[in-house]
Amino acid sequence: MRFALSEDQRILQASLGRALAELSPLDRVRRFADGGEQTAPDIWRGLAELGLPGLLVPGSTAAWAWASWRPPWPRRPWAQRWRRRRSWGPSWAPLALRGGTAEQRARWLPKLAGGEATAGVAISEVVAGARDGAGVTAEGGRLTGKALFVIDAPGAHLLIVADRTGALHLVETPPAPVEMPNIDATRRLSELVFDGTPAEPLGGNDGLARLRDAAWVLLAADSLGAGQVMLDKAVAYAKERKQFGRVIGSFQAVKHLCAEMAAELEPARALVWYAAYAFDNPGDVAPEEATVMAAHAKAHLSEIGRFVARTSTEVHGGIGMTDLLGLHYWFKRIGLNRQLLGGPERVREAAARAQGLVAA
Amino acid sequence: MDLRLTPEMAVFRDEVRAFLANHADEYRDGQAKDVLAWQRLLIAHGYAARTIPRAYGGFGAEPDVLKARIIAEAFIAAGAPRGIANQGVSMLVPTLLEVGSEDQKKRWIGPTLRGEVVWCQGYSEPGAGSDLASLQTKAVEDGDDFIISGSKIWTSTAHAAQMMFCLVRTEPNAPRHEGISYVLIPMDTPGIEVRPLKTMTGQAEFNEVFFTDVRVPQANVVGGRGRGWFVANTTLKHERGMLGDPNATEARLNSLIEVMKTETVDGERILDNPVFRDRLMQLQARVFAMKFNGLRIMTDDTAGLARLVVKLQGCELNHQIAALAIDALGELGVLYHDGPHLRAKGRWQWNYMFDLGLIIGGGTAQIQKNIISERGLGMPREPSSRAAS
Repeated sequence: MRFALSEDQRILQASLGRALAELSPLDRVRRFADGGEQTAPDIWRGLAELGLPGLLVPGSTAAWAWASWRPPWPRRPWAQRWRRRRSWGPSWAPLALRGGTAEQRARWLPKLAGGEATAGVAISEVVAGARDGAGVTAEGGRLTGKALFVIDAPGAHLLIVADRTGALHLVETPPAPVEMPNIDATRRLSELVFDGTPAEPLGGNDGLARLRDAAWVLLAADSLGAGQVMLDKAVAYAKERKQFGRVIGSFQAVKHLCAEMAAELEPARALVWYAAYAFDNPGDVAPEEATVMAAHAKAHLSEIGRFVARTSTEVHGGIGMTDLLGLHYWFKRIGLNRQLLGGPERVREAAARAQGLVAA
Repeated sequence: MDLRLTPEMAVFRDEVRAFLANHADEYRDGQAKDVLAWQRLLIAHGYAARTIPRAYGGFGAEPDVLKARIIAEAFIAAGAPRGIANQGVSMLVPTLLEVGSEDQKKRWIGPTLRGEVVWCQGYSEPGAGSDLASLQTKAVEDGDDFIISGSKIWTSTAHAAQMMFCLVRTEPNAPRHEGISYVLIPMDTPGIEVRPLKTMTGQAEFNEVFFTDVRVPQANVVGGRGRGWFVANTTLKHERGMLGDPNATEARLNSLIEVMKTETVDGERILDNPVFRDRLMQLQARVFAMKFNGLRIMTDDTAGLARLVVKLQGCELNHQIAALAIDALGELGVLYHDGPHLRAKGRWQWNYMFDLGLIIGGGTAQIQKNIISERGLGMPREPSSRAAS
């Protein structure tokens, strides 16, 4: 038994960190955020060269190349290094294709694994609850209705859509996405209207549950990484900034804020790791554990993420609020992740239900 | 990352489970019927004192974090009492193993493990709490002995202990961290007076101990004269591990879940109230985080910071679990002492009050935050500490 990143994962962590520092420095992030680009093909290409899009595609060349990994996502490093990208890191949409036919898989998985195609995901209504009359109905191979908070829709070659019953569908001619401007200018959320749009059903009973659990773990990891960055920056700033003739990091009032952030983040890291492990190795854990841990990770990182985001900003003083410093990109990412695909209260209810703690 | 059990480990797990099933009539409600007999049985099977060498009365197994975890989980699942985890077992024994003389190890470790000798800890003084290094209890050399005078406070189990491990100032003129020695003192030595210290719980969980010309052989010093500060830090490290033990926290959470499943208000289970259920889930996430943090500490050599946060977070979490249990019980939650409606012998209120002492003791939460920020995050030390050390 070993509960730690493997040597391979640490190597990936380091190389991914180097690649992202080059591909996506803060001025590139700013250009994306302020310039209204819908996709960032330069960054995507760079990551595709590392083989990352294929990590969740079973049997792909990339998956084979990284076959020594367990689990296939090194969550912490990705979360930490990958925060600046437009997309979600390794496309998690391929998980939905596990339930598809051999033909569907053959058609899409190689392209998704190679990064030549990307997939959007429209499952918000059945996971987080329907708002403003949204919801998609499937009938006779066609989808009708509205989907909100669709992830990665701009430029997507295919869409994974959940209908009102939770069944998944594959859409190869996605309707044009309408941007839903949100606090995090590095993530594009969209509204999509289906009007008799052709769709193929995706089989597999647990397709939506697996996709949801994966998304919850990834969102938790993303907030963990963002929180870690915010702590690191607060500590670095507190060691430099002087007031009253001392660095502010020598005042207990400031040190203790930093200690509280670290005290929340360290155990949360272990929770995210375990949730990822349980997701990847359902045979090694109790049947409900993957969902319970994914939900707990998502909700808990939402709570402590909010604490770290405001505390780090506060440690920075007024400069922490400025656009110039750019700390707000992580602040907003944490804020987005908290609500996306279910706020903490809703997700915790799912954790309780998965354990049989909710009366039928 | 691999948490699977090998076939060998699965066999081991089954052995532990079978042991607990075979001896199920020797414990009830998490308590052993005969504590000392249970302890001897656990040591004989390697479920207590597992990695302590046989020569000193332990089981003598190689350290194995997975087996330790399997044992802990099986005991939690069975509701079986773990071995004795008092200050002697958890703090003195590891310290003696690290820095004790051969004579000291042979004489004290075995009886301590078997529960025959109970220890108390003489660290804090009325004027030396968080600033422990300012302690004033003095030991003056007299032939082969020390003559000890002064007083200690917060000495739990002093009334029941046969022995104390104690910090005294042996070199009054040395820099303050270098003038302290770690001494083993028999509690029946003339000149020792123990006074119970009643707390807000209504019980006396602590004592004050007064020393008036107490004669102790110099041979009772552990780790060398003037080295007491460093020896004590070894012990504190073990204490903090004990105070934040995630297995104990998980067991407490399971009790809380039972309360919420069985207690009803207007015929409705507490668990079916969505507000209480949400609060329970919030704490459960924290308990799991601490549990996996513990797993990581055992096997990940990059887990330095993870280790430093255990005492702070674990004690706070225990306190929050007690608080939620009291809220879930509602008006029943204020009952205490005795009475037909009293639940769990008033344990939740007792925990809620006494746990404040654990948040404060063993290094206050504020001292823990100093440690986390200074050693874990590399932030500047307190100017006053630097000036004084």
